[in-house]
Amino acid sequence: MGKFLHAFFSPLGLRRAVPQIWDGFQTNIKLMVVAELLVLIFALLIAIVRGLPGRSTFPLRALAIGYTDFFRGTPLILVAYVWGFGIPALHAGFISNRSLFQYGIISLTLVYTAYVTEVYRAGIESVHPSQRMAARSLGLTYAQTLRHVVLPQAIRRVVPPLLNDFIGLQKDTAIITVIGVTEALAQAGFYSNDFFLYTGYSVAAVFFVILTIPFARFTDRLIKERERRERAQLV
Amino acid sequence: MTGAEEHFVSLEGVTKRFDELVVLQGIDLTVDLHQVVCLIGASGSGKSTLLRCVNLLEVVDEGTIVVDGETITNGNVDTNALRRKIGIVFQAFNLFPHMTVMQNITLAPRKTRGLSKAEAKTQARDLLARIGLLEKADEYPDRLSGGQQQRVAIARALAMSPTLMLLDEVTSALDPQLVSEVLNLVRELATTGMTMIIATHEMSFAREVADKVCFLDGGMILEEGPPDQIFSSPAEERTREFLARIIEAGRL
Ligand SMILES: Nc1ncnc2c1ncn2[C@@H]1O[C@H](COP(=O)(O)OP(=O)(O)OP(=O)(O)O)[C@@H](O)[C@H]1O
Ligand SMILES: [Mg+2]
Repeated sequence: MGKFLHAFFSPLGLRRAVPQIWDGFQTNIKLMVVAELLVLIFALLIAIVRGLPGRSTFPLRALAIGYTDFFRGTPLILVAYVWGFGIPALHAGFISNRSLFQYGIISLTLVYTAYVTEVYRAGIESVHPSQRMAARSLGLTYAQTLRHVVLPQAIRRVVPPLLNDFIGLQKDTAIITVIGVTEALAQAGFYSNDFFLYTGYSVAAVFFVILTIPFARFTDRLIKERERRERAQLV
Repeated sequence: MTGAEEHFVSLEGVTKRFDELVVLQGIDLTVDLHQVVCLIGASGSGKSTLLRCVNLLEVVDEGTIVVDGETITNGNVDTNALRRKIGIVFQAFNLFPHMTVMQNITLAPRKTRGLSKAEAKTQARDLLARIGLLEKADEYPDRLSGGQQQRVAIARALAMSPTLMLLDEVTSALDPQLVSEVLNLVRELATTGMTMIIATHEMSFAREVADKVCFLDGGMILEEGPPDQIFSSPAEERTREFLARIIEAGRL
């Protein structure tokens, strides 16, 4: 027990580990914020494309379906390897000359956009068709109906599942360490190599938890509020 | 086409199928400016479908519909522009739940008729005053009674300054004590000369406001005429049966 405590929570180790891991963790936060913003935008666009009416839009819809199927089924770590090692090795100019951080962003965005597209799509489909009909019968166009009637209702409903996916994304920023981005987990590794202590891992874990707890609580509260509202409407 | 221009709305040989099911079969119907036409008939006789064809929520399979001198069934019409001229109100209100009453009413005028926010609001306040709900302007629909919601839905349609209103059983989803407030509003619209096609199960109301009553049966207009004639001395056996059933149910 003493050995365990010493390895993971040595007081002397903590003092040195916290600043070092924090240094790396800032990269996790940057990865998370940039990727989440990109995911929010791209997923919405792809969800809209998937719902387009008419035969002429079929190729676009097929492309969107292919994309979500592919990236929901591919492990993030694999996508990260392809971008972090494969693409630079191609020496294909612009796309092969990005920073590791940017490849990390691309990997996270590709994979999580696929998940979040499905979340948006479920939200859009949960808006009753009579809402669209009412909007169209007022003379609003397809786009105006989407923008002012369908999406506001859909997005309100998907906030909790969306936040859940973002908690996943926050944790998965650690996977980006495999392509050599010096984030918290990488710093914890350096630390344990230097000091033969695992305190760095404990500190990294605490950082991740501290970041997700408010998110998780907020999500829970939103879900509870929604349930209360829906119960109130049934009465 | 002789005579088509005289009528504000005219349907000729309108047929509508859903797969194999023939829902409307050779419908001929004319509505003049400022006229109120009531559609009556059993559930499933095609009343809603007929209304939905007039503002192109459904595409007709055969026949022509002319509204205000414009043939709308030849595929060349600007659907959105047409719908801005025709108001429709549904049984289920279909207000936008994420918007206040004011926002529900001002959305379409602002987005499609280019009204400024201030103009749209002024107009909406006039309408709300007219339906007696000015104090509810900033409420969300789920805070209103069914009757209030339906009146807002009517105001929302009126905000587009339609030249024709289609009402589809606007009181069927309401508790009995809320029916009259909505019917009063429709009555007032009729008095001010609004051209309307009204599908309804409220026979005494139809008798009172209609200039013409059409009895639909199996997707056909079996009988039409002034309300007194249809309700007092219907020519068709099916009409008599239908009315007898209604009287039994205590609705006339
Ligand atoms: N989208 C649709 N697809 C298939 N069948 C439909 C569709 N809409 C209506 N129908 C059918 O068309 C027929 C006429 O329906 P409609 O709603 O016009 O009748 P209605 O006279 O309005 O009846 P109610 O008094 O119950 O409102 C019904 O048999 C109905 O099942
Ligand atoms: Mg109906």
